[in-house]
Amino acid sequence: MSKVDTASLPARSRIHLLWIGLPLAVLAIAVAWILAVNPLQGFSNGAPAVEKLTFERTVIDASGLHLLVRAGGAEPMTIAQIQVDGAYWQFTQDPPGDIPRASTAWITLPFPWILGETHKVNVVTNTGVTFEHVIAVAVPTPTVTAGQLKLQGVVGIMVGVLPVAIGLLFYPALRGVGQSGMNFLLALTIGLLAFLLIDTIEESLDLIETAAAVFQGPVMVVLAGLASFLLLMAIGRRSGTPTGLALATYIALGIGLHNLGEGLAIGAAFASGSASLGTFLVLGFTLHNVTEGIGIAAPILKQRPPLWTFVGLTLLAGGPAVVGMWLGSLAYAPQWSALALAIGAGAILQVIVEVGAYLMRSNRKGLDAFFTPPVMGGLAAGVVFMYATAALVKV
Amino acid sequence: MVDVGVWLRDRVSRRSILTGGLAAAGGTAIAARTALGQSNANTGHDMTAMAPAGAAPQHMNAHGAMVTVGEVDNAANGFDPALMLTDWERGTLSILPDGRTLRTFEVAAEDKTIEIAPGVFFPAWTYNGRVPGPSLRAKEGERIRVIFQNNGSHPHSMHFHGIHAARMDGIPGAGLIDPGEEFVYEFDAKPFGCHLYHCHALPLKRHIHKGMYGAFVIDPDPDRHPEHADVARSRLLGTPENAGWQELMMVMNGFDTNFDDGNEFYAANTIAHAYAKTPIRVERSRPVRIYLINVLEFDLINSFHLHGNFFDYFDQGTTLTPTLKTVDLIMQCQAQRGILEFTFAEHEAGLYMFHAHQSEFTELGWVGMFDVVEALT
Repeated sequence: MSKVDTASLPARSRIHLLWIGLPLAVLAIAVAWILAVNPLQGFSNGAPAVEKLTFERTVIDASGLHLLVRAGGAEPMTIAQIQVDGAYWQFTQDPPGDIPRASTAWITLPFPWILGETHKVNVVTNTGVTFEHVIAVAVPTPTVTAGQLKLQGVVGIMVGVLPVAIGLLFYPALRGVGQSGMNFLLALTIGLLAFLLIDTIEESLDLIETAAAVFQGPVMVVLAGLASFLLLMAIGRRSGTPTGLALATYIALGIGLHNLGEGLAIGAAFASGSASLGTFLVLGFTLHNVTEGIGIAAPILKQRPPLWTFVGLTLLAGGPAVVGMWLGSLAYAPQWSALALAIGAGAILQVIVEVGAYLMRSNRKGLDAFFTPPVMGGLAAGVVFMYATAALVKV
Repeated sequence: MVDVGVWLRDRVSRRSILTGGLAAAGGTAIAARTALGQSNANTGHDMTAMAPAGAAPQHMNAHGAMVTVGEVDNAANGFDPALMLTDWERGTLSILPDGRTLRTFEVAAEDKTIEIAPGVFFPAWTYNGRVPGPSLRAKEGERIRVIFQNNGSHPHSMHFHGIHAARMDGIPGAGLIDPGEEFVYEFDAKPFGCHLYHCHALPLKRHIHKGMYGAFVIDPDPDRHPEHADVARSRLLGTPENAGWQELMMVMNGFDTNFDDGNEFYAANTIAHAYAKTPIRVERSRPVRIYLINVLEFDLINSFHLHGNFFDYFDQGTTLTPTLKTVDLIMQCQAQRGILEFTFAEHEAGLYMFHAHQSEFTELGWVGMFDVVEALT
């Protein structure tokens, strides 16, 4: 019986492979027919093709304005003339010619922009349709120099690394905490992470709204978040649910990705001139992020990890803020920042699930553990503290 | 338990090192790569580097980088702004039974997509395939007959700014015809002056704005104005006195390409920046006469300003003496028109700019240059 099976198996699988070719061939024929016969021409009612232009990046320097645009209509688009503040200006387009769908082009305008003032760029296509882009505050886009990097690095450290380190410095004080105290701290962590989750999703959705339609906005955000959540859950659960230092590391990773997004936001706001990095803003962020350190410390309170793990956790959670500031200030397109934030949101969700699971397991009460006073208190404290300190920095 | 902890700690240590190292390395790599691609930071706000690159012709310095990019294909358009300055449509002459001169014009309305600025195409309604329409010119006292054919896709008419009967007015019921029909306008050429015609179909804004307008000039008859016969003769096309003048026809117009009830392009004779990129050559020794007509839609007034020189202005051209003497700026609302007379005889040769003194119109295309030369060879 088995001999007959193994003999006929290779031949059968090959015949099965051939059957895959059937629908593919029909698809190819259908596509060729649609392209050749063009049955949709009966629908053409004289309406002009839809045109859409998205302004992805704005770089302002001594040579003028540089805009990265992406074409989004059904047909290729041709940029004919460009107005700046209601005056036609010379421009060069790289690459020249018409822009195919979903492709980008750099536009350079040798325009003598005025520091701190608003300028409106109006792109006129060959059909006369106009697309306006407002540069709210014209400031030179930061370029990569050692001085700039160092400056932004210092801010990133103050906003990311310092608060996490301060939070972790609570570790000795919290070591003697009892079961209900532990529950409170874990719930505090979940509370602050819940705030971060919602905040990250909201910022990601905000950013993707300004990006080109081809990136399919909110759908990309949700799917990227879910994908990162599932991936991190799978990795984390390879050897059972994470506890102790592993859990603390996942918390640090999730918070690190959120801080990457925070750094991107600060850097982008600085680059576009819409946020002067005042002391108030930096202090606000520092205060806002202190609870993150406490949250990371919570799962390892009952262990005795070596000192360098604290350093590692601090860098993991706070370091990405520096990287985020560097990247954000270079004025990259919003869809990449939105993607980074979406991945961060997924990471945060994974941590919420794992910390919640750890909380339930250490209390051995299942879901009822969440309805005890310390846990409810911790959840409330985490959310309220984050919300109150966030009010210092939101514009 | 301790083994698990040690084992976990080892794995975490490797992972944290990897994560930390990746973050540091990645950040450095990205920063280094972009550092290679970008110039040094210039925190100064020095804007003198804004001059357009390349060896630009002399007149380019006048507008610098503030100009539309490229050239319009006049051959494809079927009309050339340089030629429209002087291509008067004189019609065909014949004698009526009572001895009067009959001048017959043939004008057809047709839809046509034209290029109004380099690379920008506008779906225009035209008279005889050009915007502005043919510059009709007659002499005071003649009988004028305009055979108007509507080859467009909407009802159209010709409404003349002149003296005529109500039947010939070009409004609904009096010369407004459907596509495919024909109407003959007939009236006497009076009063003399610089006038215009335009479509009076409704909606009025759209019919005018889409290109249905043109110049209509009636030269004075010297015999009817003995006290200023020499002035009248200098205005009569065909006389040697008139040949001593450099006459130019300019219709100031604009185009709203995105339907926001505001013009995106302004011009003299349709093509934005046409006379800035190709200055109008005029001889220094001969006087210049401009028949200036404003048909701008959506903006309340237009204007004309001449650089370095002053002119006399004849409002609507219906007088033989100037209505405004020695001015360098006049305003015209829609359908206002007039005659400007000036000379560069006591000027140096060179480029003299002219433009609307609404800076917005100037910056969006309504600007030109006179290239004053010694001789036009």
